[in-house]
Amino acid sequence: MTAQQSRINDFVLKIGTVNGTGSASANGLLMKALFRMGIPVTGKNMFPSNIQGLPTWYEIRANKDGYMARAGRVDVMVAMNAQTYKKDLAEVSPGGFLIYDSTWPRERSLQREDITVLGVPLAKLANENFSVARVRILMKNVAYVGVLAALLDIDLEIIQELLKETFAAKPKLVDSNLKAIMLGYDYAAEHFTCPLPARAEKMDGNKGKVLIEGNAATALGAVYAGATVGAWYPITPSTSVMDAFKSYCDMFRTDPETGERRYCIIQAEDELAAAGIVLGANWTGARAFTPTSGPGISLMSEFIGFAYYAEIPSVFIDVQRVGPSTGMPTRTQQCDLMLAAYASHGDTRHPILLPKDPHECFEMAAQSFDLAERLQTPVFFLSDLDIGMNDWMIPELEWDDSFQPDRGKVLGPKELDGMEKFHRYLDTDGDGIPYRTLPGRDSRGAYFVRGSGHNRYGGYTEDADEYQDVVDRLLVKWETAKTIVPAPEVIRSGKQSAYGIIAFGSSHGAVMEAMDRLDADGIHAEYMRLRAFPFSEEVKAFIDEHETIFVVEQNRDAQMRSLLMLETGASPEKLVSVLHYNGLPIPSDCIVDALREHVRKEVAA
Amino acid sequence: MFARRWQREKYPMTYIQKPKINLPGMAKNAIGLTLRDYEGGLSTLCAGCGHDSITAAIVQAFFELAIPPEDVIKLSGIGCSSKTPAYFVHGAHGFNSVHGRMPSVATGAMAGNRDLVCIAVSGDGDSLSIGFGQFGHVVRRNLNMLYIIENNGVYGLTKGQFSASADPGSRAKKGEVNVMQSIDPVSTAIALGGSFVARGFSGDRDQLVPLIKAGIRHEGCAVLDVISPCVTFNDHEGSTKSYAYTRENYHPAVYTDFVPPAEQIETEYAEGDAVSVKLHDGSSIRLRKADESYDPSERSTVVHYLEEQRAKGEVVTGLLYIDEDLPEMHAISNTEAMPLAKREYKDLSPGAEALVKLQKGMR
Repeated sequence: MTAQQSRINDFVLKIGTVNGTGSASANGLLMKALFRMGIPVTGKNMFPSNIQGLPTWYEIRANKDGYMARAGRVDVMVAMNAQTYKKDLAEVSPGGFLIYDSTWPRERSLQREDITVLGVPLAKLANENFSVARVRILMKNVAYVGVLAALLDIDLEIIQELLKETFAAKPKLVDSNLKAIMLGYDYAAEHFTCPLPARAEKMDGNKGKVLIEGNAATALGAVYAGATVGAWYPITPSTSVMDAFKSYCDMFRTDPETGERRYCIIQAEDELAAAGIVLGANWTGARAFTPTSGPGISLMSEFIGFAYYAEIPSVFIDVQRVGPSTGMPTRTQQCDLMLAAYASHGDTRHPILLPKDPHECFEMAAQSFDLAERLQTPVFFLSDLDIGMNDWMIPELEWDDSFQPDRGKVLGPKELDGMEKFHRYLDTDGDGIPYRTLPGRDSRGAYFVRGSGHNRYGGYTEDADEYQDVVDRLLVKWETAKTIVPAPEVIRSGKQSAYGIIAFGSSHGAVMEAMDRLDADGIHAEYMRLRAFPFSEEVKAFIDEHETIFVVEQNRDAQMRSLLMLETGASPEKLVSVLHYNGLPIPSDCIVDALREHVRKEVAA
Repeated sequence: MFARRWQREKYPMTYIQKPKINLPGMAKNAIGLTLRDYEGGLSTLCAGCGHDSITAAIVQAFFELAIPPEDVIKLSGIGCSSKTPAYFVHGAHGFNSVHGRMPSVATGAMAGNRDLVCIAVSGDGDSLSIGFGQFGHVVRRNLNMLYIIENNGVYGLTKGQFSASADPGSRAKKGEVNVMQSIDPVSTAIALGGSFVARGFSGDRDQLVPLIKAGIRHEGCAVLDVISPCVTFNDHEGSTKSYAYTRENYHPAVYTDFVPPAEQIETEYAEGDAVSVKLHDGSSIRLRKADESYDPSERSTVVHYLEEQRAKGEVVTGLLYIDEDLPEMHAISNTEAMPLAKREYKDLSPGAEALVKLQKGMR
């Protein structure tokens, strides 16, 4: 046998279907079943910008070592879509398996000698056993879950249990779904050698873990931060942030008797308005945020500059997607870094938080409100489609009930009592952060918010010195920001190395896996995961410590590398880009190959 | 203290604060404040600008309504009109926002704290061109606010370009004739489903003050279009937004009286002449029709009437349409009564236990 023998709890399963056919629930069922068997899993959606009728894929990676990145290989492919059969067939790794619906003949010209092709008459089975047309389509997809259960040795009891939980309110559906599963299961058991070399085996790898999408975790973070106002304009891939925020608020902040809501969600006319709503609400002291994606940030930039200059706390959640322009709205990238860092006209700079997974989405979403209010400035929370819309296995989220939000420097009537006169933009503490007051509390705290020239007292000005005084003070605040944003995480290999890797966000899993693989090759590197912008002193120190820094990021133009050069003064020669920007989540291969190539060239030189 | 003095010498205030002098014997309102307490900084607009008369009417209205200044927020966009919130109610928080974007900031502010009294001043450029979308949607949302459009048909701050409210055939100062159709904020707001739509004239303070008061007390989005001639760029012959033209074609359709909650309505008018509309806070508006056929509660007839008068070149004024039953934003979304901004954190966090429970479904 081939290397396939060793693929127990280490395989990639990819399912190609047509969207709008219920395949999402079938795939979710598979994902959860593997998870409950204790096998670390991760699920990635590759879906079209469309509602019904176009090809869509779901990729599950089961990995006993807990590697979560996209693997860049396919061991078992389920090709349900005739349209993409050729592409799907080509994608299977040598030694792998392909399952197709044999109700209709497949194209004979398409053959591969190095993989095993298994035909299951899924449509026929569904048509013979179910009468309603729509149900037949759905059950055809449920039936492949049964086929895979037999081939991959997935526990049927767990599947049954999951169905019962899913359809608790509609027990009839449990029976029909189970029937479909058994149709597939029995067919596979009868016709093929089950299980395959790539298969599942119960283990204990998921203690204390949960499965969650980043957008849901982000929304939970906003709920736990005490955010009450959410404004948005629908945009993929951030829409599910607001969907989740709404459902959690319904759950936790709605009076069960009166139906009264302790939150206010406003679907704005566009992103410009969403940003304005966020500013207005934060101005009055309510924690407010907007979830959006790159195109939304472009529109919001006008207000972002206003908030920077007028010093209004605000939280902008950018779930990045492929740009430029409309780009590929359902594909992932880390391409809004430069946009976020310096959004708006004039001299502006903004703190950015860079979560690596849904766990950090939860923590950093909460943190972003504290930072925004402490610094009185717009704060960006930059996740991406991979984190936001895919299923991640993460340590269970925890909350400390002793948490108190940092509302920053806010003066109320009591504090105003002891003051001669309140001045909005006066830096009395030397940290560049002035004091603010909230409307509706005390007329002694009244001031005028304006995007036009203002002096340190809050008055309108067109005076050269007065203008410069304020913008210079904003730089002092920027220095303060460096000291309070989340510090980078450094992962040392334990072996001294001239190589450093800098990465952030959803690239983390691929970097960790690449480091292990490179370590086995004798290539050692140390890794700094950036968690925020502006960069703290540690970032510069890490760059200085190493001869070569590989900057791993998911965009074409090496935006993080540029930011590092601009903000730390690092030399361009030292920073080697490792880029991945085709819209799919980054696999470890990309990093391994780049480092190997670099080392090979160095040795050759 | 020394540092403070140094700062003041180096950075003198370049904006002008109006001296606040309360002369003995000045009238006080129900909360003991004088008219002076509702004034703001000195206007920097051109002498004779219609906007300043509107500011004076706003000051008068807030004084008479005896609204605590700290309860007020005053917002604006960009333009001459948008400068004016600096000139009234100095004890209120102000927000001079981005061009055309005031409605979204107002929406956020009222979302955060629904107890605030929101007055916003915009202009025809700010609301009918760059901000047309936001204007439309804040009306549709029926945000509880008074939305004043100081309408002069011209871009003043950029020196005299036509605005979207310039009438076809109206002539610019340098002679250019506008050939495009004008956008009328009143008929637009009615078409959008506005709950309170009025028009006034900066030259008629007697009419304007009760309109402002009614707009403030109305629960929902009160749109008040005020014809406010630009003395510098649009007050010449051939302009349809000049003092002379407006006075000549001034056509009040309804006279509006604002009656505070405590006061009894005394019947002074013959049956059928006056209609009384009760507001949610207990006050009421009494509408005396100048034109018998006019019914400010019937949308279709209002639109018809406005079209008829427009064809004649008449500037129809008064509280032209009102529907006190339309729910405002928070009523629509069923937000709790306590302002969200005043909620303590303990009332907002679901707590650690809830998180544990929630995640049971994520395995």
